[in-house]
Amino acid sequence: MQINEYKPLIVAFCCNWCSYAGADLAGNNRLNYPADVKIIRVPCSCRVNPMFVLRAFQRGADGVIICGCHPGDCHYTSGNYFTRRRMALLFSMLDYLGIERERTRVEWVSAAEGAKFAATMNDFTEKVAALGENKRLEDLRCKR
Amino acid sequence: MQKITREQLIDKAVSLLSDGTVECVLGWEKGQFDYDITPAVFNDENELRENFVWNDFCGANFSKYLVSKTRKCNGKMLVFLKPCDTYSFNQLLTEHRFDREKVYAVGIPCEGMADIDKIKAACGDGIISIDASGDKLNVHTLYSDEPISVSAESVFAERCMNCKSKKHVAYDELLGEDGDVIESHRFDEVAEIEAMTPDERFAFWQNELSRCIRCNACRDACPACTCEKCVFDNPNSGVENKAAANSFEEKMFHIIRAFHVAGRCTDCGECSRVCPQHIPLHLLNRKFIKDINSFYGDYQAGAEVGTRAPLVDYTTDDLEPGEVFERGGDNA
Repeated sequence: MQINEYKPLIVAFCCNWCSYAGADLAGNNRLNYPADVKIIRVPCSCRVNPMFVLRAFQRGADGVIICGCHPGDCHYTSGNYFTRRRMALLFSMLDYLGIERERTRVEWVSAAEGAKFAATMNDFTEKVAALGENKRLEDLRCKR
Repeated sequence: MQKITREQLIDKAVSLLSDGTVECVLGWEKGQFDYDITPAVFNDENELRENFVWNDFCGANFSKYLVSKTRKCNGKMLVFLKPCDTYSFNQLLTEHRFDREKVYAVGIPCEGMADIDKIKAACGDGIISIDASGDKLNVHTLYSDEPISVSAESVFAERCMNCKSKKHVAYDELLGEDGDVIESHRFDEVAEIEAMTPDERFAFWQNELSRCIRCNACRDACPACTCEKCVFDNPNSGVENKAAANSFEEKMFHIIRAFHVAGRCTDCGECSRVCPQHIPLHLLNRKFIKDINSFYGDYQAGAEVGTRAPLVDYTTDDLEPGEVFERGGDNA
């Protein structure tokens, strides 16, 4: 058994109303997704401030994914529309600073899409694992 | 060389002070040297005649000063606004940051401001004084009897080389002639960086941002940054340190600083002007402006009062964050 096998750390911000329930459904249906994904529940995807994303990277996350209700289905009517604009700009800026673009993603997952949740997390973890450790945006003091 | 003279501005200020239209004047004052001009409030004619300055180094954008200074002034305050300052003026009005009734804005034409570092690079140190004649600047230094002459255009500040507008978008009165919005090439440099590979971009920004000494001058001078309690003053923010403990802190600071003004930044260039380390901060702001223009349609913050900034607005068929990279060509 390899002890030092590299495992990526993924932070997933999931909205309370859709994606978190989607994650629950994935669990109930016994669908596999990697244990490297750490879910943080937020009231709405627009609660995710750009600072949260950067802070996650600073504290050693290798990838950050934000999941929310599908556009138009937001529990608070319009929250995810704001998320969409903010994150489009933030991700574009991170790319501009030379951060690998596969490390960030926004995905819309409804409460009925347990399978999509599992598939998304599998795919995202695989992509981030392929990139390797997040060297460019980590805080050495907070090394695991 | 500025087309409008110091005397014209003083005469205008004195006449407005004497007929009681305004109570005080927000203007420029000489600092230690000819080229370090600081904003100052003048209360009477004597102060104006003695200390008021108007030359090629009056770059400070006064719009932000109105937020705090108009509160201390009981009557109206006279403010001189260059074309690019008027955009910030409108943006602050949109955000209700000061009372329009308490301001008397006089628009003044601007022929572009000089960058002292470019002059120092061209003429060396020991600058005693600088005067302008025609489109030349004559630099008197300790080390030569004859003044060294440089063309004003060759020492323009970066933002003036890429001037976006000579048109005043807000004023009560205009001195001189109004200009037009200019087709500028201000996004060319952003496009150049975008065309680099990710490794080159990372190296470029690592090199630029690692010089940051976290003096917060960019934040303090920015007319869009007017929060009285700033996230960066929070000891729990993780980026409040003066000396960055690691290379990520200043990146986080600059991304968040630029993000907080995204959609509200008028591209006045104050951040880059005040940076003691010469970090091209305007390139971060312009990246956001360029993205906003291409994703959500052209938007110039401050062009009109009362427009909704792109980040507090949405449409139901906006671009998905994942599509962003498909648009900008592939250079990953």
